[in-house]
Amino acid sequence: MNKSLKNSVIPFIIFVVPTLAAFCLGFVYPFIQGLYLSFCQFTTINNANFVGITNYKYLLTDTNFHSAFWYTVQFTLATTVTINIIAFIIALILTKGMKGTNIFRTIFFMPNLIGGIVLGYIWKILIDGLLILMGKPLLALNPTAGFIGLLVLMSWQQIGYMMIIYIAGLQNVSRELIEASEIDGANGWQTLFKVKIPMVMSSITICVFLTLTYSFKLFDQNLALTNGEPNSSTELLALNIYKTFYARTGAHWRGIGQAKAVVFFVVVAVLALIQLGVTRSREVQS
Amino acid sequence: MFKKAILYSMIFGISLSAIGCSSDDEAEIPAGTLGSVYYLNFKPEQDGDWKQLASMYTELTGVRVDVVTAASGEYETTLLSEIGKSEAPTLFQVNGPIGLEGWRDYTYNLAGTPVYQQLKSDDFALIEDGKVCGIAYVLETYGLIYNKELLEKAGYTADDITNFETLKAVTDDIQARKDELGIKGAFASAGLDGSSDWRFKTHLANIPIYYEYENDGIATTEAIKGTYLDNYKAIWDLYITNSTTDPAQLSAKTGNDAVAEFVNGDAIFYQNGTWAYNDIKSIGDENLGILPIYIGVDGEENQGLVTGSENYWCVNQFAAPEDIQATLDFLYWCVTSDEGKDIIAHQMNFVTPFIGFTEEYLPANPLIVAADEYITQGKTSVDWCFSTIPSEEWKNGVGSALKAYSAGLGTWEAVEDAFIDGWESEYKLMNSF
Repeated sequence: MNKSLKNSVIPFIIFVVPTLAAFCLGFVYPFIQGLYLSFCQFTTINNANFVGITNYKYLLTDTNFHSAFWYTVQFTLATTVTINIIAFIIALILTKGMKGTNIFRTIFFMPNLIGGIVLGYIWKILIDGLLILMGKPLLALNPTAGFIGLLVLMSWQQIGYMMIIYIAGLQNVSRELIEASEIDGANGWQTLFKVKIPMVMSSITICVFLTLTYSFKLFDQNLALTNGEPNSSTELLALNIYKTFYARTGAHWRGIGQAKAVVFFVVVAVLALIQLGVTRSREVQS
Repeated sequence: MFKKAILYSMIFGISLSAIGCSSDDEAEIPAGTLGSVYYLNFKPEQDGDWKQLASMYTELTGVRVDVVTAASGEYETTLLSEIGKSEAPTLFQVNGPIGLEGWRDYTYNLAGTPVYQQLKSDDFALIEDGKVCGIAYVLETYGLIYNKELLEKAGYTADDITNFETLKAVTDDIQARKDELGIKGAFASAGLDGSSDWRFKTHLANIPIYYEYENDGIATTEAIKGTYLDNYKAIWDLYITNSTTDPAQLSAKTGNDAVAEFVNGDAIFYQNGTWAYNDIKSIGDENLGILPIYIGVDGEENQGLVTGSENYWCVNQFAAPEDIQATLDFLYWCVTSDEGKDIIAHQMNFVTPFIGFTEEYLPANPLIVAADEYITQGKTSVDWCFSTIPSEEWKNGVGSALKAYSAGLGTWEAVEDAFIDGWESEYKLMNSF
């Protein structure tokens, strides 16, 4: 007993303690402090004054925060649907064994390697150029173009990544299952919906989870592409929080920004858990 | 189960990253009994000069002076994160009474310190209830910079422009003949991108605010009336019609675009200040002139340029006593020693409000020389009233409304609303906590 305990203690210290310590320092401690600070007014984290739920009360009256919230919800719905459908279709095409498949996979994946801020500025120039040609108001004045721009940018960047996950999933669907369905007389659509999709449900779970949380937390592309213009009408939640925290002068705004971040955390966590529950219940074990 | 664990920890990790705060463990370097100075500088243009001054001082006295410059537009953010550290800045800046709001508790009372006694007058200090929170160290001036050579080529001189009507007549004529003159427009693009819109939502807006304050005999207000908003509209319309650029595209025009147009001779007029000298000096000192910004107010023939400061030094009162002392000594040395004065006046091109800066310590910047001439001629300088603007949000509101108005998507009433109602609601918001 003693020996086996000793045997497990040393590996524990070597393998788990460093990571655990880093996790506590990097995640748990800031998280708890962040939670505490959302009940405070502060300029720096060392001189926080506890003010109770004042900050949360203010959130109820902050119309900018509410509109940013609904905007984020719409944006997340739009991107999650678009990205996953297109990524899945491309994955289907690229698993058919065509010539040049690998080149296409690489090309589709590449946008993912460029940083969000850079992409945002590049797309801003592109979209503004297009809008000038069309004689339409520029991005900074055009909430519709802002929304579509964000959607296009996000899709362009994320589709390649999700495509790779779907390709991996599709390649794992065993040949026998597909052959069996063909022998049973299933057509292409039936094979797709009755065999392939149920078999890649775990990939769908991951992809939907990733796009959902990415979209909800989107910050840099939003900052670079529209910066919330015009009049905060294209401001996503993360940007709204950032602006509350940094663009405002005075100690109370830090607390309010922090409170927004806590609400944000709860929403993202709840959404992700619900989504996981729903899609996982549809997964099939092969 | 394992997969599940990974997914849950992903949720936790991803959501958490939105809340986290940065931790700030930097290696502590022993300060010694001498104390040390950490200056968080606001002006990127003078970063190298301050570092040079710092190393000269270290050589002379052995006191360590660190100069860190925040990226353009990121000063508040940088200060916010730096001041929480164990080695916090001992010397930082605020931009005026409103900027001081957020930092008042951090300012050391400079009353009675030698550097404060070097100030020419208390007008250059931020004083609240007898506490000297900050002292201005540079005076800046802005107006309508123009290209003398091109203006003469068009058949005019600066003497032809003495009020709004003449400014309009001259620029209308220049705009009508722009192809013949080989330019793209009278005014460089009034860009409303974030890198340029402060020239209009803050600096240009200052002028109607100034006249309203003068008219009402006040220095600040909780509700602006907008008495001179029609004048604001008049000058803005002039800027965007007699321009190098289609008004619909102004929202995407940057500060660099306007500089490029002015330097390339595509435009004759360019609204900016003495700090822009380094960007535009390539057109030649003899070609640079600066005019007051006339907006059509009675008696404006006597109006001068807009002069003031939004750069105040504040000493961090939570710094160690020896560091505070070191900082005060460093500042005193900067504004009294020959080396310090030389670099500040001749390399940084600063006009300062300190008594030690006599004749030979005036910068060579032709815009500053021109600004001095207006004062010698007895013109009335316009104050920098924009330091009383209730918040950045007010400026953003006005900027957005200007964008929409210029592109023909919004009305001027929306600008007025942002100006008047925005002021009141922001003032209330800022004072409601």
